[in-house]
Formats: sequence, structure tokens, C-alpha cells
Amino acid sequence: MSSYRIQGVTGEWEVVIGLEVHAQVTSNAKLFSGASTEFGAEPNAQVSLVDAAMPGMLPVPNRECIRQAVRTGMAIEAQINKWSRFDRKNYFYADLPQGYQISQLYHPLVGEGSLLIEADEKAGIPEDKRIGIERIHVEQDAGKLMHDQHPTMSYVDLNRSGVALMEIVSKPDMRSPAEAGAYVRKLRSILRYVGSCDGNMEQGSMRADVNVSVRKPGEEFGTRTETKNVNSVRFVMAVIEQEARRQVDLIEDGGKVVQETRLYDPDRNETRSMRSKEDAHDYRYFPDPDLLPLELDDDFLVQCRESLPELPDAKKRRYVEELGLSEYNATQLTAEVEGFRRFEDVLSATASALGKGEKDVATQVANWTLSVAPGVLNALGDEAKVENNTAAASAAILKMQDAGEISGGQAKEIYEIVLKTGREPAEIAETEGLKQLSDTGAIESVIDEVLANNADKVEEYRGGKDKLFGFFVGQTMKALQGKGNPAVVNQILKDKLG
Amino acid sequence: MTDLTDLGVKAIRDGVAAGTFSAREVAEAFNANVAAAQDALNAFIVATPEKALEAADAVDAARAKGETLGKMAGVPIGMKDLFATQGVQTTAASHILEGFTPEYESTVSANLWKAGAGMLGKLNLDQFAMGSSNETSYFGNVISPWRKQGSNAALAPGGSSGGSSAAVAARLCPAATGTDTGGSIRQPAAFTGITGIKPTYGRCSRWGIVAFASSLDQAGPMARDVTDCAIMLESMAGFDPKDSTSLDLTVPEWTDGLDPDMSGRRVGIPKEYRMEGTDSDILESWDNGIAWLRDAGAEIVEVSLPHTKYALPAYYIVAPAEASSNLARYDGVRYGLRDLPDGANLQEMYAATRAAGFGDEVKRRIMIGTYVLSAGFYDAYYNQAQRVRTLISQDFKAAFEHCDVILAPTTPTASFPLGENSDDPLAMYLNDVFAVPASLAGLPAMSVPAGLNKDGLPLGLQLIGKAFDEQGVLNAGLAIEQRAGFTARPEKWW
Repeated sequence: MSSYRIQGVTGEWEVVIGLEVHAQVTSNAKLFSGASTEFGAEPNAQVSLVDAAMPGMLPVPNRECIRQAVRTGMAIEAQINKWSRFDRKNYFYADLPQGYQISQLYHPLVGEGSLLIEADEKAGIPEDKRIGIERIHVEQDAGKLMHDQHPTMSYVDLNRSGVALMEIVSKPDMRSPAEAGAYVRKLRSILRYVGSCDGNMEQGSMRADVNVSVRKPGEEFGTRTETKNVNSVRFVMAVIEQEARRQVDLIEDGGKVVQETRLYDPDRNETRSMRSKEDAHDYRYFPDPDLLPLELDDDFLVQCRESLPELPDAKKRRYVEELGLSEYNATQLTAEVEGFRRFEDVLSATASALGKGEKDVATQVANWTLSVAPGVLNALGDEAKVENNTAAASAAILKMQDAGEISGGQAKEIYEIVLKTGREPAEIAETEGLKQLSDTGAIESVIDEVLANNADKVEEYRGGKDKLFGFFVGQTMKALQGKGNPAVVNQILKDKLG
Repeated sequence: MTDLTDLGVKAIRDGVAAGTFSAREVAEAFNANVAAAQDALNAFIVATPEKALEAADAVDAARAKGETLGKMAGVPIGMKDLFATQGVQTTAASHILEGFTPEYESTVSANLWKAGAGMLGKLNLDQFAMGSSNETSYFGNVISPWRKQGSNAALAPGGSSGGSSAAVAARLCPAATGTDTGGSIRQPAAFTGITGIKPTYGRCSRWGIVAFASSLDQAGPMARDVTDCAIMLESMAGFDPKDSTSLDLTVPEWTDGLDPDMSGRRVGIPKEYRMEGTDSDILESWDNGIAWLRDAGAEIVEVSLPHTKYALPAYYIVAPAEASSNLARYDGVRYGLRDLPDGANLQEMYAATRAAGFGDEVKRRIMIGTYVLSAGFYDAYYNQAQRVRTLISQDFKAAFEHCDVILAPTTPTASFPLGENSDDPLAMYLNDVFAVPASLAGLPAMSVPAGLNKDGLPLGLQLIGKAFDEQGVLNAGLAIEQRAGFTARPEKWW
């Protein structure tokens, strides 16, 4: 149970959150026309006769969009409706050429499912929690009005008009901003795994309508408001905080929350009323007579299921159970598609370079991909060339480190040069003198010298001052200019000091 | 030499193919008739004589080269102005689309041009195909070429394909396209003594036809006789991937299958169609039809379509509901009329544009449709009407267990004088009472001329077939045609 509470003058309040996430389906063409969907084209460059709603034009469903929505439904373990239907949602607006949006009200493509958000103590999520998903339906996006092109007129860009969206409607199962944030991140991760949406919130490929109400814990749901088109995880969380606070203050001041649509202003971090239920549209939904019901056959469903990749929860379990990774590392690695792809590439390259099983090198590779490599990459910034960042290079570095040929510090230095220049790690180690000294004889003579120069400390050590061991290691490494193999240095020191 | 404009589709096509006359001669003859009748009949919104000649010349050239000619080669036709024609104004007889010139060609018209037909012009119609008398066109009434004996009063050519019916009856074109949502091919065909068939819903692509009610709209041919309709329908029909409701079926060779022998066929006579208020002339022609089909070898059986009386009310809910949504796109934003009063905002622009751009009947149906779909009324009206629609379909299915084709009147009356029903929408809607059930069920239905009434005006008989059985409808129609011996034509006064 979430312990997130809002402190009011009349006591504690609980917030109840439901999210409607609009996710643009990854597809080359729109939901009902062949026009392209690429982001960033010139206004009205990607508009077919259908998208512009010319007289006599008819929609034809794009099978790829349906396939992606079905796969998404399967990824959240939802019921897939083999019979669904498109409805028209009627309203007038200049960005809506048909005068209606083709959507699915009465018979959505995907029914009930759920997804798991993971425990995150720091964020206030004490344990794993399953969030219910009510439905996923597919619908058309609208175009865009541009108000800044002309002093007295607004322009219309129909590039987005007709683009396929999945509307993913959660149940009102979330109880804190952190849970909502985790839900959006997890959903985005699943969409990216499945490949049905790029999850890019900045470009508008994914946005959320945030439903918020408050109640005294244990009481009935309060009246909810819906804040539209919130386009980042951070803003989703901010909206909930602001809106819940506003509602509590309102109720405690003797007011009533009205069911209404609100907008979030990120600059002022506040929500504003857009329209109330009274002046809400009557959308006059009815089945679209231009389209037949959507009927899916078993072969199609089997193909959809077989095309699903390993999903985040299953992957994480496998990392822990089969690769022996820590829960923490497994969670970090599976959170995003880029993360696990990088890890698995380096893992397979390293295992084969070392001639070991993946399990035997998994922890080493996990540490490398989660902390060492990102540290170097971030420090380099623009100097790092993406094309040089190959799994083979990382594997070669990890192999030298595993063999004791280079130290952790040298590994970072070599990686830095690799990223800048694309040179071979082994050649860098050789040429740049970035190798550890493991020659016992050479190390022995240096140690002898260090011990001779610090005879007093040697006495103290032998007298019981164990802490001084570190001092001898430090002195030796300093004399070796940091290139001594620490394992060898330690061993010889131990032997000599008795 | 016979007047070329007296010839129908088959005669023209065969004559052109045989070299009896050239396609250009045919086109010139019809172009002349179109021009001469325009002021009196107002059948065309736009004449395109150059298009007719261009297509004719192409056919003549192809013939000279010995190429295989299409099914409609050398036949100039009229195109109802509901079909989008590339580079030629397409208005749906509305002010809101006045001047609109599409950059695309409807599938049906493209099919016809591919078959060798040429376009004489865009035919007038009821605005957005809403009407039964062609009095709702922004471009003025179409006048029927027919007149009551001893009267010069202007008569309705029927609607909504009134330009098509008038033009074919007056020999301005040998055939024309029509569209039928709730009788718009059959009723005007009956009023003007010509033949018209609405095929099974989905036979002809709706792509590029200005939509009225999507679940009902269906294109079909209007011509002098059954054979001409069969030939033309073969050219119009076909699966179109651009229309989701298009039937993915091969188009039968209906012309080859024409057979007026009704032996072994059962013809159903629906008892519920004997309605009060039906003209005695109509009932008499129905009895004639029964006798003719019996003579052709058919067995006559009584059938019951018990939900018939609910068809018209259900139709006047479903069709306006769909229309109210289909016509939302005419908003002044992207094309067509825009009325932007000084300082108007978006909502005000919509209101002004649509107030100026739509006629009264269109507005009436948009309001009815908006009302029946609105929250709180949707179940009582739209859903109830859909249930009625299902019952009507089931009625037909049950009736077709006892018969192969149904015979009924096309209309409850013959043509009426213009203006007679224009103040009474309900009386006007009753015109479609016999036509609407087949539309709601998506079945093929045809009107063939059955004779003249006491006033010398044509009457039509309607044949309704099973889904996909256009052949059965055409054959029964042919049997009637051969026995009715309908040769009457309007006396030329224009």
C-alpha cells in the first residue's frame, strides 16, 4: 500500500489516479490512409485525399496498425477481442477534417490487462504492484493548428491527421505520483520492447491524460478532473501533486470539485480549467458505416504472439535466475530497450572472447555496461564517437582486465581512447603503455626498496599495526607508476611482511 | 437513317463496333440534344461535350487500329453529379460544393471510361441526393419530359437521380449513372418510364461518390431497358480495395446470363405492400406484372414482410444519422464555400458557411440525424432503427425461402406536379415507401416500366432479389419488359 498522503487541515487525504495514455503506433502509414507518418515534415506534406476528408473519400484500415495494437495488448497480458468495431466521435474543429474522429467506443480491440510496477523504496513504492488496464483502442489523431504564422489567421497542418494512436486506459489503481510515474515508464518500456510505439514524449508520440481525484482513505472515490495532453513523466507527476493539492484545498475550504477537463502549464506548474462537464461536447458516437467490423482470425493472433520479443519482466527474471545478476542490476538493465540490447551484445561478445559461459561473465559485463562505460561516455561528451562504441571493443577490454593484463583504471583509459579514435584496445594497451606489471621479479625489487626505505613502518606493522598494509601497497603502486597488478603486489607484500 | 439518339447502349455499342456509324457521330447527336434541352429540362448542371467527343474519338481510333473495344465503347452517358470527376466540377447539386473540382475520379466513373464510355455532362440531382422530386437542387429543379395528358404543368422526374431519369427519358443520353440510398434510382426510373437497377450493397465501389448515407448508398445504371442496364452494370461494378464495404466478388456476365424464361422460378408477392392510399392504377399494373410473370412460367406465391411498415421510419433515422456525420466535412476550412463574416471566429465561420451552403432539406436531415444520435436519444432512435433494420433483413431472408424474386410496385403514385409535396416532407418521404426496405437490407432491386396510367404517365414495377442475385432480378425484369411492350415516350415539347 502506498503511504503517499496529502496533509490537509481536516486530516490525511489519499489521491486516486487513472491514466489514459495516447501512444502513436509505429507504422509507415496512417490508420486509414497510405500517407506517411514521419515526424518533422513540412506542414501538409503528408496528407492524402482521405486525411483531408475530400468528398467521397473512404477509410481503409491499415493492418500493420491493428497488428501493433494487438501485440501491445498481448504484452500487457490483455484480452484480445477478435471482433471489434470502429465508431465515429463527432465534433467540429479546424484540425479535424472529417468532422469526426474514427475511434472505438463500444467495442475496443483490446480488453482488460495489467502491468507490474516494481518496488522502489526511495520513490515511496514499498512493494511490487500490479496496475490494471481497462482497455486499448485504436483511433485517429487530429491535425494541428498553428496560431503563430499570421497576425489574424490560424493555419492548419494535417500531417498528423489520421495517424494511428493507441489509447491505453488504466484503471484508477494508482495512489501516488511515484506510482503514476513508474506506470508511465513501465508502459513506455513495454511499448518500446514490443516496437509498437517509439515512446518519444517530446515529439508527442506518447502523451497522457491524467485523471485525479482525492478522498479520505477508505472512503468512496471523489469527483475526478482530467488534465489533458501531459507530455513527460515528470509533468505527469507534477500534475498529480498540483491537482491533488488543489482539490484538497478546495474541498477543505468548503468547495466542490467539478468534473472538468484541465490543462497543465509547466512554466507555472499549475493546472487550469479548460472546459467543464456542462459545456462538454455531445460526441454522438455511432458505428462508422464506412467500415466493417474488425474480425481477427486465429492465424493472425498466433503470428502476433509469435512475433513478441522477451518482455521486461521475463527478461529481468532470467537475468536474476539464469545469469546470477543482482535484482538491482537486472532491473536497471531491463528498464529500457537500449540498456538490455547493449548489455546482451557486450555479454555475448565477452563470453566468446573469454571462451566462458555468459553466466560466468554476466556480473562483470553488467558492472561495465551499467557504471564503468556510461561514466567514461558521459565524461567524453561529444568527443565520443558512437560508431567506435562496439561490443567487440568492450569485450576486448574486459578480456584484458579479466586476464589481469590491465587494471580497472587502465580499462577506462583504453575505453576512452577507443571511443575517440576507434583503435584496437590491445594495440592501445601496448602502444600507450597501459598494461599492468605482473612480472614478479620486477615487483619484488620495487617492494624490497619500499620496505627498506620505510623500515620504521615495517617495525610498527609487525608490531600489530595492520592498517599500515595499505600504506605499503600505496607506496609500491606509486613507485610502479600505478601499473602494478594489484593482486601480485598484494601477494608479494604479504609474503615479505610475513 | 434512324436517329442515333433513339438508340440505347447495346445498339450504339454494336453499331459503333460494326462500323454502321462512328462513335463521334453518336456523341455529336447526343451533345446536340443535351444543348437543346438544357433550358427546358435543366437535366445537367454542367455539359461536357468535349469530353464526350474526346472519348468517342478514342474509340473510333481504337476501332480503326483493330483493337478490342470495351463493353461501353462509343456510348456517351450522363454522370450524376454525385460522382467525383477529375477536372470537372462536382457539386452534389449544392452551393457548398459549387466550383469544387476534384483531382480524382470516382471508381465507378473510372470503370465506365475504361470500358469506353464518354461523358456528356454532370447530371442534376437532389442536393446531396436528398429528395424524391429533384426540387432540392441548388441549381434548380429538373423538369420531367413527361406531361399529363391535357396539361402543361411541370412534373417531377423523381429523385434524387432526377437529372439522370429526365435525360434518359428525353433521349439526351442513352444511359446515365444513378445512386440509390432509399430509392433514388428506382423511383425516378419509374416516374420517367425507364429502367434502373440498384445492385447488391457493395457491388459498386462508393469511392469518390459524395456520401449521403454510407451504409445505404449504392450506385447503379439507369437506361432504356434491362439489357442496357446489365451491360452498364457489368462495367460499373467490381471489387475496390479503396472501399472497405466493397464486395470481393467477381462481376458476373449478367448480359450473357439474361433469360426471360421464368419456368421453375417462384415470384413472391408481399402482402404488406398492398397499402392504403396506393393508386388503383398502381395496383392494376402490379396485377399486370403478376400475370406477365405467370405467363413467363413463374409460380406466384404470397410472401410476408411483416416489418415493412417500420422500414420508412427506420430509414429516416439511419440515413439522416449517417448524413449528419458524413456532411460534417463541409465546413469551409479546406475546400468549397467559405462564408467568413467580418471578425467571425471559427464557430461563426462554420455556422455562416453551412447556413449559406446547404439547402433546407439537407439542413432538415442534418438536424434530424444530429438529434437521433445525441446523448439520451441514441438508444431510442438509432439503436432501435438498427434493430428494425435487422428485422427487415430477416423478413427478406424468410420470404426468400419461399420465392426467388419479389415483385412489388416501385412507387405508390405516378409522377406529381412540382411543388405539390414540397411543403410536406412526410408526404414526400412516402414516395420511397416501397423502395426503402430493399435499401435497408442491401438487396438488389430494379424498376422496369410497366405501362401508363390514366393520365398517360409511366408506372414502374419493382423486382427485389436475394443478395448477389442481380441476375435473377434482371431476368424477371426482362420477362416483364418483353410482355409490357412499353414503347411510350414523352412527346417532345422542349
